Amino acid sequence: MPDVALTKKDFTSDQEVRWCPGCGDYSILSTMQAFLPELGIPRENIVFISGIGCSSRFPYYLETFGMHSIHGRAPTIASGLAISRPDLTVFVITGDGDALSIGGNHLIHTLRRNVELKILLFNNRIYGLTKGQYSPTSEQGKITKSSPLGSLDTPFNPISLALGAEATFVARSVDSDRKHLTEILRAAAAHKGSALIEIFQNCPIFNEGAFDIVKDNDTKGASLLHLNHGQPIKSETHGLIRENGALKVVALSGVNETDLVIHNAHDDDPAYAFALSRLSGSALDYVPVGIFRDVERAGYGSLVNDQVNEIIAKQGAGDLSQLLNSGDTWIVE
Amino acid sequence: MTKPVVSLAQVTIRFAGDSGDGMQLTGDRFTMDTASLGNDLSTLPNFPAEIRAPAGTVLGVSSFQLHFADHHVQTPGDAPDVLVAMNPAALKANIKDVARGATIIVDKDEFTTRNLAKVGYETNPLDDGSLESYKVHAVGLTSLTVAALSELSLSRKDAERSKNMFALGLLTWMYHRPTESTEIFLKAKFANKPDILEANLLAYRTGWNYGETTEDFSVTYDIAKAQMPPGKYRNISGNSAMAYGLIAASQRSGLKLFLGSYPITPASDILHELSKHKKFGVISFQAEDEIAAIGSALGASYGGALGITTTSGPGVTLKSEMIGLGVMLELPLIIIDVQRGGPSTGLPTKTEQADLLQAMFGRNGESPVAVIAPSHASDCFAIALEAARIATTYRVPVFILSDGYIANGSEPWKIPDIDSLPDMRVEFAKTQEDFLPYLRDPKTLARPWAIPGTKGIEHRIGGLEKADKTGEISYEPANHDLMVRARAAKVAGIEVPDLVVEDPSGDATVLVLGWGSTFGPISAAIEGLRNDGERVAQAHLRYLNPFPKNLGEVLNKYPKVIVPEMNLGQLAMLLRAQFLKDVISFNQVRGLPFTTAELMETTMGVLHA
Repeated sequence: MPDVALTKKDFTSDQEVRWCPGCGDYSILSTMQAFLPELGIPRENIVFISGIGCSSRFPYYLETFGMHSIHGRAPTIASGLAISRPDLTVFVITGDGDALSIGGNHLIHTLRRNVELKILLFNNRIYGLTKGQYSPTSEQGKITKSSPLGSLDTPFNPISLALGAEATFVARSVDSDRKHLTEILRAAAAHKGSALIEIFQNCPIFNEGAFDIVKDNDTKGASLLHLNHGQPIKSETHGLIRENGALKVVALSGVNETDLVIHNAHDDDPAYAFALSRLSGSALDYVPVGIFRDVERAGYGSLVNDQVNEIIAKQGAGDLSQLLNSGDTWIVE
Repeated sequence: MTKPVVSLAQVTIRFAGDSGDGMQLTGDRFTMDTASLGNDLSTLPNFPAEIRAPAGTVLGVSSFQLHFADHHVQTPGDAPDVLVAMNPAALKANIKDVARGATIIVDKDEFTTRNLAKVGYETNPLDDGSLESYKVHAVGLTSLTVAALSELSLSRKDAERSKNMFALGLLTWMYHRPTESTEIFLKAKFANKPDILEANLLAYRTGWNYGETTEDFSVTYDIAKAQMPPGKYRNISGNSAMAYGLIAASQRSGLKLFLGSYPITPASDILHELSKHKKFGVISFQAEDEIAAIGSALGASYGGALGITTTSGPGVTLKSEMIGLGVMLELPLIIIDVQRGGPSTGLPTKTEQADLLQAMFGRNGESPVAVIAPSHASDCFAIALEAARIATTYRVPVFILSDGYIANGSEPWKIPDIDSLPDMRVEFAKTQEDFLPYLRDPKTLARPWAIPGTKGIEHRIGGLEKADKTGEISYEPANHDLMVRARAAKVAGIEVPDLVVEDPSGDATVLVLGWGSTFGPISAAIEGLRNDGERVAQAHLRYLNPFPKNLGEVLNKYPKVIVPEMNLGQLAMLLRAQFLKDVISFNQVRGLPFTTAELMETTMGVLHA
């Protein structure tokens, strides 16, 4: 623990923040800066590693160690660091293009290994830094500079993808909801292995209003299905029931509260969390937010270091001279 | 009755068979037994990329060549004195390399009409007279092995699989090799398979006894010990020596060894070897791809480990962007490229030196890195230590350009004394006020190695251009110019030893200048020429970037400089560009090392032009 409790200011670097006015990244940054002090971890033991894209400027604005790396590869660099330095707390900051397009391979393999990384995926459903092309999460038919007649790609659902990749912690939040995002960050920090947090993030320049339905006071009450472990899954107007083995969103007026599905984030079977993830697609009529899945599995870095420590405990630390002199040897007089 | 013993100065044996016949194992064992006898030696494994190519085809032939002698050996030998051919395909694939008068031992059981037809023999070479100028021993290796194992409860197929041990036993007898270590090896290898162990031992001993009793072999051969500096020796391949060198670098620097690697021929054996040595604190991370492999290594370096990635040419192309990031971040990083035939997938199991320019320039922007190359198999140990020295002292990516020939070939290695290895301890940046992450050391021009976990020096780095000293993002024109030149000056200023020229007559006018794995063949050719009374100088480059400081002077001293390379003239291009010296390029890209004969002939041509 640091000698004196740190504050938000302690985590704010002297760099001028250079996102566009109104960008959702501002509130995510502010939430993170306010959250970090409660971890009680000295600043020097926290590292933010990002790829390329608007979101990847994030590390510059935090008074911790940080690396703004190359497009899509942040999870690889972060993995090497986290595995070799288990004393550090390592965050990965990425976006929908960075994590799901150019870096898709690294994301899924990092999740399946369960490397001790907290991955924040800022999903704005557009390429911002390259000025407005469709991304792997853009809805089909989207008109952009590179798709003037409408994009033809079927989008990824980042939550479904992460669950398919054996992720042990998968959650979703919204940039503007500081309280909710803070809760999710807290749970992710407490999780032992990889944590993937999808954050709906508004890009006011190239995809303004993409998430209005889950942000506007008029609509969000109905749209947001809150996932709280041990609690019924519902929005202000709708709830989740099981019908013929499938999950279904129904109006609360038509069901008893006791018929609603009680959320179990610790369910070993990923099929349940996957079914939750399928409730929202490109259309955001009903969007589960919160922790889809949070199960225990040994972190990859601890497995790697345990293997090293066990062999040393069993056989003693390696002796270089013994190694070089091993095998068939002979003496020349 | 003891058979007469003929003393020989040197022998080259090539074992050839199907890729499933166990020729590499047979060659390895004969090598180990030869090494322990005190001969000097050099080996050349040569195998197809397919794990089990179609049986009995020329395509599927795998071979292992071993040159051993009572004197210093530089190469695995140009032409075999003895060819062991396990089937017609092996004979067909190798006969062109065998000089007339040489000995050929074949498994006559495999010379069936069907097998002959498969490789296009219209008549049986064993009785059509085409091998008359060779000493042919047609031995029923298969039938003799099966007969010897008839008492064991093995299927015929399993029994036949031991025929390589029969052949090994026979050759072991012919050349007076000791049998103990192979027996110990087999007992360890098949400890859990007593049936197979018994079969192999029996076949091995039967092969030995066959030589002793049959009239087909009337003499045996003896090769005296070579004169080698006193000390303790072991036989070692390039890839093993590289792995040991990396562990030694980790131990001597006190840095944790982190290997990020993706399997690729012919580099995978370094990954395998390092993975065995976790008790040295080694972390070997088999990544999802080449990019993740180097990314993890760079991440580990950032955290204060010795970050290493191992690959071959196709992998280097994928890693290029991350190497560029390493240049920008100015962190230590070791990239080991075990070169193979290219471009593209090329010739995965064959050797080549055609990645030099890729290592030098294969990135966007002005992106200088250090490039060094081992000269022979056991030199990989020293080169790994040297790469770690340069990477950690100058905080720069360092390429090691090994190749398939060095990686898989083996030779006796005088085991170094640990205390003779350099002290390679490094200093990380310490807690301080107003830390400047890009403030350069005036001597090395390196920036501080500032690792996470150090209080008070929290800072941000990245691939965007850095401002001098502060390391903040900078788009200033003058700053970019300054930083590009600073990175170049840092690499250009790496201290490397002067190039040593061997010119015994002192008045040679022709210099043969090589780099990397051509050292053995060039040295053998030079030795041959000098024995013939020719005056010729030799030098070999270990440092390709930066070049030794005296290189220009050396090039200017010799009117004619021959540069043999297993590429189309990549070093020659660098020399011409940097020194305006019109060197004479000699190139071949056959996937095999130069032969001594062709190097002698070319040099003679220049000497007497």
